[in-house]
Amino acid sequence: MSAPALSPAVPGRVAGPAAAGGGVTQARVVRAEWTKLWSLRSTRWSLLAAVVAQAALGIIVAAAQMSRWGSLSPHDRATFDSIDVGVGGYHLSQLAIGVLGVLVISGEYSTGMIRSSLMAAPRRLPVLWAKLGVYAAVTFVLMLVSALVSFFGVQAIVSGHHLQHGLGDPHALRAVVGTALFLTVLGALALGLGALLRNTAGGIAAFVGLMFVLPGVVALLPGSIGDSISPYLPINAAFTVATSTFDGPHHLATWTGFAVFCGYAAIVVLAAAVQLVRRDA
Amino acid sequence: MIEIEHVTKRYGEKLAVDDLSFVVRPGIVTGFLGPNGAGKSTTMRMILGLDAPTRGSVRVNGRRYRDLAAPLHEIGALLEARAIHTGRSAANHLLAMAQTHGIPRSRVDEVIDLVGLRDVARKRAGAFSLGMGQRLGIASALLGDPRTVILDEPVNGLDPEGILWIRTLLKGLAAEGRTVFLSSHLMSEMALTAEHLVIIGRGRLIADTTVEEVVRQASLDAAVRVRTPDAAALRDALAGDGVIVESSAAGVLEVRGAPSERIGEIAAREGLVLHELTPQRASLEDAYLRLTGDAVEYHTGDGGRAAGDLELVA
Ligand SMILES: Nc1ncnc2c1ncn2[C@@H]1O[C@H](COP(=O)(O)OP(=O)(O)OP(=O)(O)O)[C@@H](O)[C@H]1O
Ligand SMILES: [Mg+2]
Repeated sequence: MSAPALSPAVPGRVAGPAAAGGGVTQARVVRAEWTKLWSLRSTRWSLLAAVVAQAALGIIVAAAQMSRWGSLSPHDRATFDSIDVGVGGYHLSQLAIGVLGVLVISGEYSTGMIRSSLMAAPRRLPVLWAKLGVYAAVTFVLMLVSALVSFFGVQAIVSGHHLQHGLGDPHALRAVVGTALFLTVLGALALGLGALLRNTAGGIAAFVGLMFVLPGVVALLPGSIGDSISPYLPINAAFTVATSTFDGPHHLATWTGFAVFCGYAAIVVLAAAVQLVRRDA
Repeated sequence: MIEIEHVTKRYGEKLAVDDLSFVVRPGIVTGFLGPNGAGKSTTMRMILGLDAPTRGSVRVNGRRYRDLAAPLHEIGALLEARAIHTGRSAANHLLAMAQTHGIPRSRVDEVIDLVGLRDVARKRAGAFSLGMGQRLGIASALLGDPRTVILDEPVNGLDPEGILWIRTLLKGLAAEGRTVFLSSHLMSEMALTAEHLVIIGRGRLIADTTVEEVVRQASLDAAVRVRTPDAAALRDALAGDGVIVESSAAGVLEVRGAPSERIGEIAAREGLVLHELTPQRASLEDAYLRLTGDAVEYHTGDGGRAAGDLELVA
């Protein structure tokens, strides 16, 4: 029997690594997830989009405001906050980070890759923890750097009008780091939704619904009820940590709000973990 | 060694596997046969810890799959459905799989060469043809150099060259003393590669036997066609002794229960002229269909035959 051109007739028993390499460990699964994350073109583009959005949006807004500073109303001038503008790119980057968070795991379900992942790490939870860990770390580092770039860029632009802040000013450093933290937890929440729903469209719909549609629905409720629920909505709770200051009582305190947001993410991730272990792949 | 003990799997109302027990022994190729929907893929997914049995236990080398410390070194699998991210290159897919076990990069290159994907290893797996996808799946399965390999319908949809390639590869794996467990609908495919057979239908065990035994059964049913001007005399001479003679046309006999050698000897002894003495071929597929006859879930209207029957000389 002659073998087809492409292939050796018989796979020689290669002096393989057989048990020599040892078994599956959490650290090894993390390394595998790192490789997986960066080896998809869609991931690289999404992360690039998030970085550009986070770094550039604030700078563009600041430049536009400064160019027509003279024609702004006194109220607009009084409420201009170079810290908020400096980190404000998250209004755009959050979408990229959220969608990619869903995709990191839903993409494995849609392609069948999850079966390979779980065959390699049959205890399953290490796969979820590794995905969360890698994605959270990458998001935090990239978003922190992007937020810093944006922050300093904005300060340089507004310094002509003496509106600049230093990182040492009240709330500044907290807002910059808080932006990265907020986006990191948001990414984890989205990943959890993707794992829970095992479906890209469903995961993205749930993410957008929870973060951006729910506030609109709550706004339809009678004022008093809406007002008491509103601060606890994921997005409103989350923003507290990424914003320099809040006026009025319509928001939770900075770290309380962030803790509530982390709570939502933890609930979703926990539900995803339970399901990952219990349900057939 | 794979041990399936009283395994039942239910998907809602659907009973996919029903109290199934069998053992896949080390060092030989075991074929896993059954009609569509018999529960082959389900059983394989349970072996690999992807689906949990509703009842019963599945063990690989004495342990549940999920308790294996280094599963890729113990058992490699090619699933029915693709299990590869379409956006990732073959090389990166294998690298990520390897990293979970601390398998060195050099082994990734080795298996890529082994399956002949060197030229396309950097391309997206989504752009692969069916055959290339199967090769990549097999590279995944062999990555950890496992003693046991399980493959779910590896030749499905492949062209003749691909089928030949897989067949050669499986024989090579078996020759190296690995345990091979592979599923198929085609008895003929199994007869070429497997030594042992596990046949299921509607989730139940139908036969746990050797290929040799099935072949023997099939050949017992085979007839010898005889054309002779002395039909009546030959019929009398052959009569008795469990020999059955039928005649489909004048001067033509179908003889069952006696090999062609004996028929020829008897004719010579009696001085009868023979114009033709042809052992008819018994189809393995027929033997298999008889075994699974009642268990076929989705009958075609006319009980259509699988193409490509392996005919064998009785
Ligand atoms: N995830 C699932 N959910 C519901 N039913 C399922 C599921 N997987 C399999 N089944 C059902 O279980 C039965 C066995 O299916 P399975 O895929 O194991 O059969 P098979 O022997 O591999 O068939 P084929 O030869 O067509 O591949 C079928 O009736 C199938 O519809
Ligand atoms: Mg199947």
